[in-house]
Amino acid sequence: MDTTHTEVEIEVDGRAFRVPADATVAAVLLDLGVGAFRRSVTGEPRLPLCGMGTCQECRVTIDGVAHRRACMTPVRAGMKVSTDG
Amino acid sequence: MAATPPAAAIPHEAAAPPTAGWVLHAEIAVVGAGPAGIAAASRAAEAGRDVVVLDAAPRPGGQIWRHRRREELPARARAWLERFDRSGARLIAGAQVVDAWTAADAWAAAGSRGAAPEGFRLVAEVDGERLEVAADRVILATGARELFLPFPGWTLPNVFGVGGAQALVKAGASFAGKRVVVAGSGPLLLAVGATLASQGARVAVVAEQASRAALARFGAALLLRSPGRIAQAARLRSALGGARYAVGCWVTRADGDDAVREVTLTDGRRSWTEPCDVLCTGYGLVPNTELAEMLGCGVDGGRVRVDEWQRTSVAGVYCAGEPTGIAGVDAALAEGEIAGAHAVATSGAAGTPGTAGAADDRRRLFRIRRREHGVARALERAFTLRAELRDLPRGDTILCRCEDVTRGMVDPAWSFRQAKLYTRIGMGPCQARVCGPACEFLFGWRGQTTRVPTAPAEVRTLAGESGGAGAEG
Repeated sequence: MDTTHTEVEIEVDGRAFRVPADATVAAVLLDLGVGAFRRSVTGEPRLPLCGMGTCQECRVTIDGVAHRRACMTPVRAGMKVSTDG
Repeated sequence: MAATPPAAAIPHEAAAPPTAGWVLHAEIAVVGAGPAGIAAASRAAEAGRDVVVLDAAPRPGGQIWRHRRREELPARARAWLERFDRSGARLIAGAQVVDAWTAADAWAAAGSRGAAPEGFRLVAEVDGERLEVAADRVILATGARELFLPFPGWTLPNVFGVGGAQALVKAGASFAGKRVVVAGSGPLLLAVGATLASQGARVAVVAEQASRAALARFGAALLLRSPGRIAQAARLRSALGGARYAVGCWVTRADGDDAVREVTLTDGRRSWTEPCDVLCTGYGLVPNTELAEMLGCGVDGGRVRVDEWQRTSVAGVYCAGEPTGIAGVDAALAEGEIAGAHAVATSGAAGTPGTAGAADDRRRLFRIRRREHGVARALERAFTLRAELRDLPRGDTILCRCEDVTRGMVDPAWSFRQAKLYTRIGMGPCQARVCGPACEFLFGWRGQTTRVPTAPAEVRTLAGESGGAGAEG
């Protein structure tokens, strides 16, 4: 299947967006300009660092489940993502 | 060699923690679907072995062959992925391995008598659910991660790893139009600079901390061992567009309000600032040895110890690729093939003996492995990290991003263990995968221990309570 131009709709912090179907949540959130995926224990805004599942900086809440690594999770139609941005 | 009993023979009582979920049986379990894992699994499955491959990413390929669509990949990567598809190996994507043990250890721990069972158990989390795999042989192909060194401002948004930026681009992110500084050490800097430039980013400077003299020695070594790579490096240089390749330079700090706005660079004598929207920084690679350590495999100097057949110190456990020493994709493929072929020869039901491969095939693979590790040693010497980098973190610079522990907080400690007790450094969800190697470089602290789970997991995954309805949430 050619997924070059396929898009899906997801919800990020309550707003709907059409995003590439074959991207990860991390890639999509970066392109949407999300300012903080999470807040650190002292309240600093954080974005992904390693991009490959190691550093845990890209953790967001996906479909109600907290602490999901955005960089390891492909987007899915209807997905609801919430960040600390 | 005596035939190994089928994995099903592993007594359930021996498997601690107990599981209420289902268990997948395989003759050979491979952890990691990068080049080493793909090569190992393909060889073993082609020889008729029942192979299960677990990988945390949504698609096979590891970091180097990470992709959204196969057309994006170079021909060799596509060929290997197609071979892997045809081989009959079963890939379980999105499976993060969080625990592993040998059946014999669990048997002994349970105080059981009689002949200890053989084989291994792996526990993975797949989409929030527990998956347990029982296997006669395990091949670890867990790859490597980036080495990050702390400096003031490195936790600011839009400071990414070098490989990190590459991975995010391959996953669909765009840096087009952004002004980018790439800084750190190693051949990856040029490759990522070129990728970002080709994508429309404005790469201002690529700063390599290694000295010009060290790089020149490396160039000479490469000419002897692998002349093709000189041309490869030259192609990357020209692909950088207008960017400057600043050798012997490094970032001393990053500044910005809500995200990085400028970085300060130095050559040791003179400092200057570069405005930027994105900083990519990384200082080479660190082998992922956690799972090997958990299974009790010997690790020397941060590398899993293996023999000529890629066997670890634990009988039945193999290791291939970066965990045995950073040596790149060609070494990983060769080591994967060697491990896969050897695991075939020593596993499976009696009456179906496998083969460790024909002699010429073996010679070819051994030759590639030897050559690539030679190049890797030259690389390591050329890109040795300079001592000045140890002075970059200030008292208020964060070392541990999970727990926001600063350099000042750990200053009175003389070991990682002690610092941990005082400050929680390394006790967050990344389990010291970022700050551990950094502290080893900064303070010479070693001995960060691996614990279960090796990655954050749902309690029910660890407790073996998968499969229940309504478990989500």
